[in-house]
Amino acid sequence: MPTVAMKVNGASVSHDIPDNTLLVSFLRETMGLTGTHVGCDTSQCGACIVHVNGDSIKSCSILAAQLDGADVTTIEGIANGDELHPMQQAFHENHGLQCGFCTPGMVMSAIELVEKSKNLSEREIREGLEGNICRCTGYHNIVKSVQDAATKMGG
Amino acid sequence: MPEGTVNQGIGASVRRKEDKRFLTGKGRYTDDINRAGQLFAYFVRSPVAHATIKSIKTDKAAAVAGVAAIYTGADVANDGIGGLINGWAVTNRDGSAMHEPPHPILAKDKVRYVGDHVAMVVADSLEKAMSAGELVDVVYDQLPPVIDLASAADNATIHDGMDNNTYFDWELGDEAATQAALSSAARVITTTLRNNRLVPNAMEPRAAVAEYDEIADSYVLHSTTQNPHLLRLVICAFVLGIPESKMQIIAPDVGGGFGSKIYLYAEEACCTWASKKLRKPVKWTADRTQAFLSDAHGRDHINKVQMALDKNNRIIGLRVDTLANLGGYLSAFSVATPTYLHGTLLSGCYDIPAIYTNVKGMATTTAPVDAYRGAGRPEATFIVERTMDIAAREIGMDPAEFRRLNFIPNDAFPYQTAVALQYDIGDYEPTLDKALEMIDYKGFESRRAEAMKRGKYRGIGLSSYIEACGIAPSAVVGALGGRVGLYESAVVRVDPTGTISVFTGTHSHGQGHDTTFAQIVNERLGVPLDSVEIVHGDTNRIQFGMGTYGSRSLAVGGTAISKAIDKVIAKGKIIAAHMLEADDADIEFKDGKFIVAGTDREKSFGEIALSAYVPHNFPHDRLEPGLEETAFYDPANFTYPAGTHIAEVEVDATTGVVEVVDWACCDDFGNLINPMVVLGQVHGGIGQGVGQALLENAHYDESGQLLTASYMDYCMPRADNLPSMKVDHLVTACTHNDLGVKGCGEAGAIASPPALINAVVNALLPLGVTDITMPATPEKVWRAIQDAQTKAAE
Repeated sequence: MPTVAMKVNGASVSHDIPDNTLLVSFLRETMGLTGTHVGCDTSQCGACIVHVNGDSIKSCSILAAQLDGADVTTIEGIANGDELHPMQQAFHENHGLQCGFCTPGMVMSAIELVEKSKNLSEREIREGLEGNICRCTGYHNIVKSVQDAATKMGG
Repeated sequence: MPEGTVNQGIGASVRRKEDKRFLTGKGRYTDDINRAGQLFAYFVRSPVAHATIKSIKTDKAAAVAGVAAIYTGADVANDGIGGLINGWAVTNRDGSAMHEPPHPILAKDKVRYVGDHVAMVVADSLEKAMSAGELVDVVYDQLPPVIDLASAADNATIHDGMDNNTYFDWELGDEAATQAALSSAARVITTTLRNNRLVPNAMEPRAAVAEYDEIADSYVLHSTTQNPHLLRLVICAFVLGIPESKMQIIAPDVGGGFGSKIYLYAEEACCTWASKKLRKPVKWTADRTQAFLSDAHGRDHINKVQMALDKNNRIIGLRVDTLANLGGYLSAFSVATPTYLHGTLLSGCYDIPAIYTNVKGMATTTAPVDAYRGAGRPEATFIVERTMDIAAREIGMDPAEFRRLNFIPNDAFPYQTAVALQYDIGDYEPTLDKALEMIDYKGFESRRAEAMKRGKYRGIGLSSYIEACGIAPSAVVGALGGRVGLYESAVVRVDPTGTISVFTGTHSHGQGHDTTFAQIVNERLGVPLDSVEIVHGDTNRIQFGMGTYGSRSLAVGGTAISKAIDKVIAKGKIIAAHMLEADDADIEFKDGKFIVAGTDREKSFGEIALSAYVPHNFPHDRLEPGLEETAFYDPANFTYPAGTHIAEVEVDATTGVVEVVDWACCDDFGNLINPMVVLGQVHGGIGQGVGQALLENAHYDESGQLLTASYMDYCMPRADNLPSMKVDHLVTACTHNDLGVKGCGEAGAIASPPALINAVVNALLPLGVTDITMPATPEKVWRAIQDAQTKAAE
């Protein structure tokens, strides 16, 4: 079993894990960080999206062993103490979630989208969220949330 | 409301209390739950649609290290385990009983769809259970699959003793009067419609964690159910034979349901049964392909429609003959969906004097079909609203005006339809007018012309829907074949410090009950939302309940809460009268205070709460300590939300791609508790309806393989498939519940498919296209255009 050392939400962690362990399983089962969800088995739904070295990645599609030395951020790691990240706050203010299952992946995806692109049009936001499926909201309020957060994040 | 405080009560778009845990990754879903020493279950599923099981050999699989047990249908039968149940029985047209074949939790002699459960492998890791599952050697003797709904009756028999693969042959309405209307009509509109098969696709896959407690001889089952008490009733009384007092079902955070999580499934029953046999917790989580194969599917009807018009373009009769695909077994409410939740809605918003419908519930070798968002009502609305457009086109009338002409007038309520329901209240023209205004209906032709200049065919389509929410009352449900009551329960417990716990039998899986229900409490008792806890989803904490589906939570469950609050106030008055040395009858409850009428003598709600639990000088012969009240509420009728949705699309005729460019709707849901939550429900429903109309289809090939069993193949709507939506509402308050509320959860999914198909056909009429079946995929739209042009050239 290889030893994998990485930063998860700012804290250094090191674990011996089977080499076929997916990042999502490492996070959920080894780390107990269950905010990252599994919604499909074909990397289509986006419920498992986390940030690896600043890029949003479907954590069901990468092995934890590939990430030795990486910096991983999950939904549990983006708020500043009790203060929500502006994207989380915008989802709350704009009712951008219902059952909440897709929400962690959606928020992580949206943060990267806004951080990497300025002055997003509605169309660009919709296309930017193409890798995340939500079954509850019809995306209407998710798009509003991202627009709102983009303003607050200076995007 | 005291001055300076923020309105948190009825009508306020309060932000949701439940959001924080979901936004920070602290939600607690069933797959997040693990128990020490737990085992993992994997189900061996049939790879063929229809076959006799010749043999099952498990020895090689059992030899895999870490495998704890392998169970088959024979083991289930040997333990006397019952099958899954049919929760609704109807009578055939000829008066005979419907056919209700058994549905074992593990198939023993025969399999009846790809994905049918054949064996359960339990091991100390999921990987080992799956690997061992590959080694279970099942020999199948294949039988002919039955896939095509239209010809299902003429094919191989799926269940012994069942004629023509027909579970039931049901009718509703006056056939003679309807035939007379069709015979005397100035014009008869005829069409055949197809309502495509969908997979509900809640984003959280189904899951179960079952634990047997040897000392107490009891069970705890964590489940992704929408319906914990009904699950307990069915699993205890009908399947496993366990006293209900020995079974606790907990449905923690549940990631969407849309109907697919109403029912008891084989996996939950198997895990519970195995947890006792193995004396260890047993966990199962579906992967997405298993969800596609074995979650109950939705819709899947073929409808032959005849609509009779008189010389003034008034509808005088409607006949609908439906084939409903119910799949290889009868899922719990599969019989109710195409019958009493479908035939009864065929009057739509219209004054139709004669209606007759015949529904044949058919068996095919496909996954069981059951209620999916709207359950029967989207299918009925598609029939009515597509036919309205076809009729308007044939008579050369504007589709909005044709609808207006035939609406039930607002002075005709209560209105008795020709198909059993009595609508208590409604006012359909104002919602139509508002929606027309919101989308700028008058300006459409200039937008069409502008689009044409860009090479796009632009179309507009309407749908004026009605739905029946909050299924009820129990007496009627029972008389029509329902095997459950459909009331709701609530307990309102006032704690000594004046905070409040509300225990409701409904279940929230995204609908925002923590907030909406707390707003009712705030409105009635004046306590802040932070002081109100809504408890649901645990059979040990809540006395009883019927779960959440059919937009029943607020209209039925919310009303039960309101009635329990009435009782809290009534008892509070007695306590206040005692404390203030006044007559019970002289106490008023106002702005959170109990006041002796006409005086300044008063006690706050908090003082009464504390006194109830510190009853040092109560006259105990007439006043019990404590402040906790219960209500069971059984409604007098359904509620009837209605409204108009309008879709505007652009079609690229060279590629067949349909783009939804605008959406406007105006609904009447009665009073709104939290408008923000209500609008969110409408958006979500429209999203699912757009999926049905343009993208989604569960497709079986001729051999019975589900070709669309992953998100690579089943086209889920994504953010760029939908437009921003203009959503508004008007109010006619429900006449028969305390809150005047109706229900909003399904409206979008009901109204949107016909609106969209009407819009696509409207766009393509210049090219000669008059119909298109759902989903209107680019390939299908392109082909329809080519066919129409070929026909026009002949």
